[in-house]
Amino acid sequence: MNFLYQNIYYIGAFGLIFIGLYIVAAKKNLIKIIIGLGFISTGINLFLIIIGYIKKGTATIFSKPNLNPAQMVDPVPQALVLTAIVIDVAVLALALGLVIGLYKHYKTLNIRKIRGLKW
Amino acid sequence: MRRIISFILLIIIFVGIYLALTHIPYAKDKMKVSKHYINNGIKENGAANIVTAVVLNYRGFDTLGEVTVLFIGAVGLGMILFGSRTNSKDRTPASLILTTGCRLLFPFILLLGIYIFIHGHLTPGGGFQGGAIIASGFLLNYLGCLKRPVKENGINAIESLAGTIFVMIGLIGLLYGGYFLLNFLPKGVLNTLVSGGILPLLYIAIGFKVGAELAGIIYKLME
Repeated sequence: MNFLYQNIYYIGAFGLIFIGLYIVAAKKNLIKIIIGLGFISTGINLFLIIIGYIKKGTATIFSKPNLNPAQMVDPVPQALVLTAIVIDVAVLALALGLVIGLYKHYKTLNIRKIRGLKW
Repeated sequence: MRRIISFILLIIIFVGIYLALTHIPYAKDKMKVSKHYINNGIKENGAANIVTAVVLNYRGFDTLGEVTVLFIGAVGLGMILFGSRTNSKDRTPASLILTTGCRLLFPFILLLGIYIFIHGHLTPGGGFQGGAIIASGFLLNYLGCLKRPVKENGINAIESLAGTIFVMIGLIGLLYGGYFLLNFLPKGVLNTLVSGGILPLLYIAIGFKVGAELAGIIYKLME
């Protein structure tokens, strides 16, 4: 129980990543595979945010005069995750565009029925 | 068969990650770089939100690359979907309640987005978040009102103009003091709207650019 209490954030982040990896590896529908990619990126973003966390930390905004700078969480992972989220949006939109193109060409979304994508 | 292989693969990855994670401490102190940003960020940038200072000043060049990635994604989507426009004349019009509600809400959503990216250096939020909210307003407009008040050329013009303004502000810093994206404007008083030098200007440019790009992506995917 203590182990679970200490590592619950890591378990959540990597749980998301593993769910996403399983969806990407096992599902057949292309839209579901893209949702799995979204899961993976969300888990990675959560993991990066967690690494920067500090016990009882506050946000890095000096909105009040009496905030203690030593108790603020790490701003660098938050800035990097901001970058990563925007790039996720671009990647997912591009992937959805490719899926639309594939559907127009093959008239199916099942990757088992699309020639050249079998494994 | 496929599922079994996937599970075996996941177990292998899990073991590897678990072995690595046992060496990463949780909720320990920050790195040296972050301490510098937190302790000197206000003096160097004048913005209350340190994340904004990191995104736009310390790593401003990175943000320019990020905006470029979003631009390339939008352009690539346009290229993939080029020439596959379906005729959208045969859709049934929405009911009166839906169109009226959508027309009523659309300016307020725009206002919220603009508020968020103008206050990016004071509160949580910023150009990317505000741009996403503006794009959600355009999504509502597309789904509810069925008209296309936005022309694609206008979207492209706003996008290019905002990107050019971002680069121009960076180049003025280069002329003024020696490096790209130098914070050359006066810092102002902490926690007021006009503070932080060039950071609000950059976030306004990014907000317009991201909003226009995401709205363009939505329109391209919906067509």
